[in-house]
Amino acid sequence: MNATALNPSLLLWIALLPLLAALIAGLAGRVIGRTGAAAITIAAVTAALVLSCIVFRQVIVLHAPVFDGPVYTWLISDGIRMQVGFLVDSLTVMMMVVVTFVSLCVHVYTIGYMHDDPGYQRFFSYISLFTFAMLMLVMSNNFLQLFFGWEAVGVVSYLLIGFWYTRPTAIFANMKAFLVNRVGDLGFLLGIAGVVYFTGSLQYQDAFGAVDKIAGGSFQIIGGHSWNALTVVCICLFIGAMGKSAQMPLHVWLPDSMEGPTPISALIHAATMVTAGIFMVARMSPLFEGSEAALSFVLVIGATTAFFMGLLGIVQNDIKRVVAYSTLSQLGYMTAALGASGYAAGVYHLMTHAFFKALLFLAAGAVIIAMHHEQDMRKMGGLAKRMPVTAITAWVGALALIGTPFFSGFYSKDALIEAVHHAERWGSGYAHWALLLGVFVTAFYTFRMIFMTFHGQSRMDHHAEEHFHDVGWDMKGPLVALAIPSLLIGLFTVGPWLFGTFFEGAIHVRPDHDVVEAAKEEFHGVVSFALHGLMTLPFWLAAAGVATAWYFVLKNPAAAASWREKFAPLVKLFENKYYFDWFNENVIARLSRGIGNLLWGVGDRGLIDGALVNGSAKLVGVVAGVVRRVQTGFLYSYAFWMVIGLALLLLWALRAVLGGAPLGATP
Amino acid sequence: MLVQLLFYAFAAVMLAAATAVILVRNPVYSALSLVVTFFSAASIWLLIQAEFLAIVLVLVYVGAVMVLFLFVVMMLDVDLEELRSGFAGHAWLGGLVALLLAAEIVGVIWVKGLGSGIDLRSGLAAAAPGASNTRELGVSLFTHYLYPFELAAMLLLVAIVVAIVLTMRVRHREGVKVQDVAAQVAVRREERVRVLQMPPEKRS
Amino acid sequence: MITLQHVLVLSGLLFTLSVAGIFINRKNVILLLMCIELLLLSANFNFVAFSRYHGNIDGQVFVFFVLTVAAAEAAIGLAILVVLFRRRRSINVAEISTLKG
Repeated sequence: MNATALNPSLLLWIALLPLLAALIAGLAGRVIGRTGAAAITIAAVTAALVLSCIVFRQVIVLHAPVFDGPVYTWLISDGIRMQVGFLVDSLTVMMMVVVTFVSLCVHVYTIGYMHDDPGYQRFFSYISLFTFAMLMLVMSNNFLQLFFGWEAVGVVSYLLIGFWYTRPTAIFANMKAFLVNRVGDLGFLLGIAGVVYFTGSLQYQDAFGAVDKIAGGSFQIIGGHSWNALTVVCICLFIGAMGKSAQMPLHVWLPDSMEGPTPISALIHAATMVTAGIFMVARMSPLFEGSEAALSFVLVIGATTAFFMGLLGIVQNDIKRVVAYSTLSQLGYMTAALGASGYAAGVYHLMTHAFFKALLFLAAGAVIIAMHHEQDMRKMGGLAKRMPVTAITAWVGALALIGTPFFSGFYSKDALIEAVHHAERWGSGYAHWALLLGVFVTAFYTFRMIFMTFHGQSRMDHHAEEHFHDVGWDMKGPLVALAIPSLLIGLFTVGPWLFGTFFEGAIHVRPDHDVVEAAKEEFHGVVSFALHGLMTLPFWLAAAGVATAWYFVLKNPAAAASWREKFAPLVKLFENKYYFDWFNENVIARLSRGIGNLLWGVGDRGLIDGALVNGSAKLVGVVAGVVRRVQTGFLYSYAFWMVIGLALLLLWALRAVLGGAPLGATP
Repeated sequence: MLVQLLFYAFAAVMLAAATAVILVRNPVYSALSLVVTFFSAASIWLLIQAEFLAIVLVLVYVGAVMVLFLFVVMMLDVDLEELRSGFAGHAWLGGLVALLLAAEIVGVIWVKGLGSGIDLRSGLAAAAPGASNTRELGVSLFTHYLYPFELAAMLLLVAIVVAIVLTMRVRHREGVKVQDVAAQVAVRREERVRVLQMPPEKRS
Repeated sequence: MITLQHVLVLSGLLFTLSVAGIFINRKNVILLLMCIELLLLSANFNFVAFSRYHGNIDGQVFVFFVLTVAAAEAAIGLAILVVLFRRRRSINVAEISTLKG
């Protein structure tokens, strides 16, 4: 056995430790108390992080062979093996480290954030459970386990959005998230079913090996028109990703999910769970590479989300919602990169985004706690002096988000835009321009938020002023811990990871599609890439965005109001989020309720209950009402009928006399 | 020849007694006539060499069942006149049905000849000299028919229990809980289930 | 010599008589029970006759069981009769039609 080969039980422990901690904190929360719950979950996640780093080192530094094998076979049905198995390659280890690292930061941060909450242990249990589910998702080597992780993170997300279950808005938001995700999951399930239909296996490797077979098949969905099976399968899988990663038009749940506590907004709805869709598409790259049409679909959806969701961030006043729309927009960027075959760029942006977006969310959370649960930016301002650590780390996150050279976000976003620029497929021109304009928008809303929150005059009222208090180091620590990779990780990793051979073997790109390879020609080292970035369009667009934000927020706030009036219809459109919610509630929901009522009233109550169930009962009653007259209740009438029956039987035996067949066997 | 004469004699007595059973006014006489019928039947069974069953018939029926009948008839204070009313009115119907059945039975026996291979006119097989009907029956009962035999014993036991349970007067004492089956069967939904209407929680 | 035919005719007559008895005594439960005993007796005649005709003991074994069942039936029937009389002071089945549909 190879000394560097991965140990399956080690991998299993990485996933199971958070699960164990979650179970203990959840089931025995009263016994071990608040401190115990925090300690045990943090210890478990720390252990998972350490083990993940060990595995990371084995895979990346020591070049251990890719682990792909089952650890437990659940059942074999009709030749389809359902098992728990791990596929650990560079993509997986990157995700494992990111997930466990952000999760650990959020765990620590939670100590301070949830300090006064009665559901303290429950919260720790949930986020540990989430860590387990997310790890199962990224480490899976088969579709079943992927789906398990997919649904498990969805459930935990549901639980956490509705964590404050006494708030009606939270309950509404988690129901909304759950229902919207159902739409996506249906597509996902159909996609998996399509793969199983063609390959008879749930294993990734079998599916990847059978790309040509799937591509050769076809589905007839509507009428006689036949669709390429691979395109259908890929689009179905991507619909799952659209639900989980909140791409238009299935994005509506993510802004509402901000009803949950801020730590989970950072962990689940920014850094990890929502990127599961991105991860999944990257993992399925061998499939997606086979379908030009599906990739175009992905590209257009991603670019549209990136630009139009960013625009909504401009008009939001709730600090968390600004970051939420920013997340939507950034997820659109990643999706667009996937659609352009720049999987590595998309996944790389996923990684950097996980750090700086989690950072921004936690910073927003720190502000919210300091302001005593005030989320409206119009009541903030000038906080930089009063909470400097938070302000500095938020600046780091913001600069990374808008793609300032040398920051991590610059490398990923610039490479991503460059990759899309090089793409040559239907929709790539539109996507490129949408992403470029998106850079301006990103910079504008990000710094609008930074300026409104941390700079300018304080707009706090007397009450808030009284209760203001800076947060402790249990919350600042994770901010700093996340600020470091947000700042530096691009410098160290962009060369080997994005433009090197890091993802070789994990992500498959056809040579003629390889846009990252094309972008690589302009890459001549970390520093020169950054310096070159200073002279490119995205940088100046970002700078313009920051300047615009500065002008409207700090320099001339009156102009903002007049511009709002000038573009009143547009603002109204943005404030109503393009009327997606209105459309869903008034058209889709009303329509499905109408159909439901129709089916219930006519089909269920009328036909099944009325005609079939009650109808047959009534028929029995009517027939019985006629037949019951035979039952006189008098003993002798029964005796009479018995004798008559006997006489008839004898007559039957006498058929020969009456001309029938002879009785019994004739000699 | 003697056997045949005896058969006719017993048959005549039996039919006469059976007619008396269904026609006499007093149930006590009916029961006594039934005793005569069973005696005659037992005699005929002796003639056709079913000795054990003949004795059992006398012991079980005449000794036990008929006594039971007589006992019940005498114990109950039955209004005979009421029971006899409409007697003649249904006699013709009874006669008609009886004639119909008799015709059919005759038809089955003679016209059909009971299927094939049965010779109605051949005599019943005579038992081998020294053969014991009781022994034969016993061997068969305790070997081949052992389980049915034990089941029959069980059946009789159940019959005893049932007869006792039915006729024993139970006095309900204070504090003893007794099931009232009629009340249980007659229960209505309204007495057991209460349907509550609650408004759903509203989202504000 | 007694032939099979002799016994079968006798049994048929007995059967016919008992059926007629059921119709004639339709109100008196005691007599109905007695008629049923007669019916069973006529059936037993056939069993015994064929058992002897075939020289096979099984028919007589069956008679044995029929006697058992008849005894049980008589016992339970009379018990029911006693209970009935206790409740209604009458055994007139013309008055009993609780099971009317």
